[in-house]
Amino acid sequence: MNSSPENLLWYIPLLPFAGFLINGTLGRKLPRALVSAVALLCTALPAAIVAWLWVLMRADGAPDLIPATVSQPWIQITGLTVNFAFTVDHLTLIMLGVVTGVGFLIHIYSVGYMAHEEGYWRFFAYLNLFMFFMSVLVLADNFLLLFVGWEGVGLASYLLIGFYFRKSSAANAGKKAFVVNRIGDFGFLLAMFLLIVHFGTLNFTDIFAAIGQHPEWQGVRFLTAIALLLVLGAAGKSAQIPLYVWLPDAMEGPTPVSALIHAATMVTAGIYMVARCHTLFDRSPVALTVVACIGAATAIFAASIGMVQQDIKRVLAYSTISQLGYMFLACGVGAYAAGIFHLLTHAFFKALLFLAAGSVIHALSGEQDMRNMGGLWRRIPVTFWTMTMGVIAIAGIWPWAGFFSKDEILYQTFVSPNHVGKLLWFIGLLTAGMTSFYMFRLWFKTFFGEPRFEQVAVEHHGAPVHASSTTTLTMEADPDEDLVASAHGVHESPWIMLFPLVILAILSFVGGWVGVPAALGGHNEIEHFLEPVFGSASAAPAATSGHGLELALAAVSLLVALTGFYFAYVLYYKKPGTAAELAGRAKPAYTILANKYWVDEFYSNFLVIPLMMFSRGVLDFIVDRGLVNGSGRAAGFVTRGFAWATRSQISGNIRSYAGWLAIGAAAVLAVMIFGRSLLVHP
Amino acid sequence: MVPTAYYLVLAAVLFSIGIAAFLIKRNVITIFISIELMLNAVNLTFVAFAHMWHQVSGQIFVFFVMVVAAAEAAVGLAIIISIFRTRKTLNVDEIDLMKS
Repeated sequence: MNSSPENLLWYIPLLPFAGFLINGTLGRKLPRALVSAVALLCTALPAAIVAWLWVLMRADGAPDLIPATVSQPWIQITGLTVNFAFTVDHLTLIMLGVVTGVGFLIHIYSVGYMAHEEGYWRFFAYLNLFMFFMSVLVLADNFLLLFVGWEGVGLASYLLIGFYFRKSSAANAGKKAFVVNRIGDFGFLLAMFLLIVHFGTLNFTDIFAAIGQHPEWQGVRFLTAIALLLVLGAAGKSAQIPLYVWLPDAMEGPTPVSALIHAATMVTAGIYMVARCHTLFDRSPVALTVVACIGAATAIFAASIGMVQQDIKRVLAYSTISQLGYMFLACGVGAYAAGIFHLLTHAFFKALLFLAAGSVIHALSGEQDMRNMGGLWRRIPVTFWTMTMGVIAIAGIWPWAGFFSKDEILYQTFVSPNHVGKLLWFIGLLTAGMTSFYMFRLWFKTFFGEPRFEQVAVEHHGAPVHASSTTTLTMEADPDEDLVASAHGVHESPWIMLFPLVILAILSFVGGWVGVPAALGGHNEIEHFLEPVFGSASAAPAATSGHGLELALAAVSLLVALTGFYFAYVLYYKKPGTAAELAGRAKPAYTILANKYWVDEFYSNFLVIPLMMFSRGVLDFIVDRGLVNGSGRAAGFVTRGFAWATRSQISGNIRSYAGWLAIGAAAVLAVMIFGRSLLVHP
Repeated sequence: MVPTAYYLVLAAVLFSIGIAAFLIKRNVITIFISIELMLNAVNLTFVAFAHMWHQVSGQIFVFFVMVVAAAEAAVGLAIIISIFRTRKTLNVDEIDLMKS
C-alpha cells in the first residue's frame, strides 16, 4: 500500500517542508555542508518521486488521472466541503516535472552561488519553503488548496526578493511584489466566492463536470465574470499587464531565485491556473479574447522595454514577462497545450539564461551592467557556451527548444477562429523578432567586443575589486574572499554551478523535440500527452489546413528571428557605435523605452500617491488620529476631569470622610423614603 | 405596654447623638464611643421590632452586632494605642497618614 502512487504524492510537498523546518529552525547552527545536504535531499527525493510517477503515467493503460488522495475534510460547513486533497493528471505531471526537476538543478547551482553569502541557511530554508508551496499549488485538486499554494509561493517570493533585506531597494521590491500580487489575489478570491455561489464546491473535477453537463452555458454571464476574475489573479501572479510591474523589481533577489521563482516556476502559476480551468474559459469567448489580448500586449510591450535595458538581469526579467505573454496568448486562443509546451521549454531556457547570467555576475564579482561587460567569451567559456544555447533557444532558431514551442503558439494563434487572431499573430511575430534582437544584444554586449569591466573598476575603485554598488555583493562581507577574487580577476564559476548550466543547456536544445509538429515530421507528443486534460480540440484545425501553412509560418518566424539576430549583430558587434547613434536619432522613442513607458511613474502618481494621500489625510489624520485616538483621549480627559473635581475631597481627614459618609447615607435614606412618592406623583 | 414608636424615637435620638458626636469630636476615643452609641441605637430598634413582630430573629441579630462591636472595640483600641505611641496625640485632625 505504501508504494501506491496516491500515498507517495504526500511526500512531494512534505519533504521540502521538512527541509524548510530543519534548515529554518536549526540551520543557523548547522555547518553549511549539512544545510546544503538537507536542502538538496529534500528536493532530490520529490524529483525522484515525480520521475517515477512519470514512468507510471506513460505506461500503457495508465489512468488519465491518479485519483485524489483525500485527507479528512479540511473545511466542512453547510453546503461546502473542501478537502485537503492532491491529485495528478498529465498537466500536473508536467508542472511537477518542471518544479522539482528545474528546482533541484537550481538548488545545486545555489550551493555554489550562495557559498560566500551570509544567511546561507536562511536562503535554503526559503527555497525549500517555496518548493513546498509550489508543489501544493500544482497538486491541489480544488481551488482553495491551489490558493494556499498560490499565496505560499507569494510569501516565499517576498522573502527571497527581500533576501538582502539590509538593502532598502530589495526590501521595497519584496513589498511591491507582495502588494501587486494582492491585487490579483483579490480577483482570485472573488472568483472563488462566485464559484461557491454557483457550484457549491471548489473541487476542479466537480466544477468542470457541472459545466460539462450544461451545454447551454455558452458565454453565460457568470462564467465570464468568474473567468475574468481568475484572469486578474493570473495576471498578478504571471506578471501580465497591468500587474507586471513587480517582476522587474523582483530581480533584487539573488539570481538563483530569479531563475527558479521569477522565471521557471512561480510566475507560470497563472498560466497553469488558466490551463487548469480551460473548461471554464472555453465557455467564455470574451474572457478568452481578453486573455489573448493581454498576452499579446504584454509580450510586445515587455519585449520593447527589454530592448534598451542595460542591466543583464532586467533584460531577462522583461524577456520573462514577454514570454509569459506568449503563454497567455496561447491560452487565449484555446491552444492550452501549446501554452504549456512553451511553459516547459521556457522553464529550461530561461532558468538557464538566469543561471548563466548569475555565473557572469559571479565572474565579474557582482557587476550587472552590460555596459561594463564585454569580451568575456574567452574568460568564461563554459558559461558562454551554455548561455549561447539559451539565447538561441529563446530567439527561436531551429531546432532549439524555443523554436518549436513559440512556433506552435504563433501557428495556433494564426489559425484560431478568433476574429483578431491574425492581428495577434502579427504582434507575436513582431515580438519574436524583438526577442531575438534583445537576446543577441545581450549576448554580444556581454561576451564580445572590447572588455569594459576592468577599466570601469579601475576608474571607480582604484582596483578591480568587487563592485559593491550592485546587488549581489552587499552582504558578501568576507574580505579574504574579495582579495582572492580580485587577484584572479574574472573567473569561471565552480563546477557545482556549471553542472546545472550544462544540463539545462542540453534541455534547452532537445527540450523542444517533444513537441515537433507533424508538419516538420514529428508527432507533437506533448499535445497527445496532454490530450486527456485538454481534449484534442486544438488538433482539429491542423488536420484541415494541411502542413503548407504551418511550414510557411515557421519559415516566416525563423526569418524574423534571424533578422533580429542580424540587427543585433550589426548594431552591437560589427559597428558598435551605431546603436548609440540610432538611439540619438530616434530620441523620443528611445526615451520612452528607456523609461519603460513611465508605467511605474504612472502607477506611482495616479494610484500610489493618491492612495497614500488618502491614507495619510483621511484614514490616518481624520479616522485614526481623529476618531479612534480622539475617542480614547476624550474618555481619558473626562475621567481626569472628574477625578480633578473630586480629588479635593480626599483630604486624609477622617472626620471629613465621616461627614461625606453621613451625607451619603442621608441621601440614600432620603431617596428611599421620598423617592417613591416623587416617582408616583411627579 | 410601651408603644414601639417610643423605642424607635429613642433609638433615633441616640443614633443622631452618635452621628453628631462622631462628626464633631476630635478625640479618637470619643469618636469610638459615639460609634458604640450608634450601634446600640440600632440594636435597640432591632429589639423593638423583634418584640413588636414576636420574632426572635431580630434578637439574634443583636447578638451578632454585639459580637462585631466587641471585636471592633478590641481592634480599634489596639490601633488607637499604637497611634498614640507613635504620634503622641489622639486628635484625629492630626492623624492624616493617608494623605500623601
